[in-house]
Amino acid sequence: MTETGYLLAAVAVCAGITWALRALPFALLSRLRDSPVVAYLDTAMPLGVMVILAAYTLRGVDWGASASLVPTVSALAVTVGLHLWLRNAVASIFAGTAVYVAVLALVF
Amino acid sequence: MISLMKPLAGPPSDPSPGTAADLRAAAADAAPVGLGAFPMGVALGLLVVQSGLDPWWALVVSGLVFAGSLEFLMVGMVAAATPLGQIALAALLVNFRHVFYALSFPLHRVHGPLAKAYSTFALTDEAYAAASGGRARRWSRRRILALQALVHLAWTGGSVVGAFTAGLLPGPVEGLEFAVTALFTVLAIDAFHRHRDIPSPAAALGCAVLAGWLAPERMLPTAFLLFTLFLLARWALLRRRRR
Repeated sequence: MTETGYLLAAVAVCAGITWALRALPFALLSRLRDSPVVAYLDTAMPLGVMVILAAYTLRGVDWGASASLVPTVSALAVTVGLHLWLRNAVASIFAGTAVYVAVLALVF
Repeated sequence: MISLMKPLAGPPSDPSPGTAADLRAAAADAAPVGLGAFPMGVALGLLVVQSGLDPWWALVVSGLVFAGSLEFLMVGMVAAATPLGQIALAALLVNFRHVFYALSFPLHRVHGPLAKAYSTFALTDEAYAAASGGRARRWSRRRILALQALVHLAWTGGSVVGAFTAGLLPGPVEGLEFAVTALFTVLAIDAFHRHRDIPSPAAALGCAVLAGWLAPERMLPTAFLLFTLFLLARWALLRRRRR
């Protein structure tokens, strides 16, 4: 079981940083609005950050072993395909996860 | 939790005519968002328990952090005992986009320091999407706060339901953690629809692979650093070309 103090600190860090990112800009509005590099990062950064995060969650996948490769690739294909088709985030995530769980259970 | 209930209950000594209408309007705005937030909350609750944490942490995390994608990431990171500095960096980068929500969220309608504190705390992607772009410019403070509190309630409630029903499953479900991968994949596709760009996501994937190879223990901060350097270099190039 993970240590309580560490968990509380992690929650506090995440809550504090998130709140600061949401609240402080109201005090700095004009400076943010005028910075072209900030505006560029706003448009260009989110897509790349999401790609890095998705890749990070797949860091444990052994791309050479079919028992690890097949569930990951099929679940990713279902998630991407369904989301391009219906654009319903909840449906895409649940279907992709269900495929991953099912294929993992079948492969082993 | 106190600030959460406040806008719903309202002071009984102030029966201003718009209260019921405001709450009805807020509920109508919150319904589609809440229908998405509740099942995602259930998934978060399941993940909390499957990561080996006590189910009560689902309530603490979803109630206090209230930033969906970060919470999914954070649960995995704390389960792997990731250093706090790396968690802080992930929080900063995952939620950096919120910096820009101040540009069009109608916080000027929300009076009082406590109400402003809650409204900024609960300024999620969903709250922003529902209350920006001019249509909320005339909304009352009560309506804005009620909308945010209802979404908060759906999310937190979902996570508690997920965490406390996890024990009813026959055993740990192998592979549930893919929900986090699917979440970021879906968010990437949504980001692509807003801003069609190939070089940046390709470079981001390259940065992630390189970081995972160079520094597997510090993959996330290394990848973010490389990607930020790439974007700044690209920005400098674009600006020079424009001159």
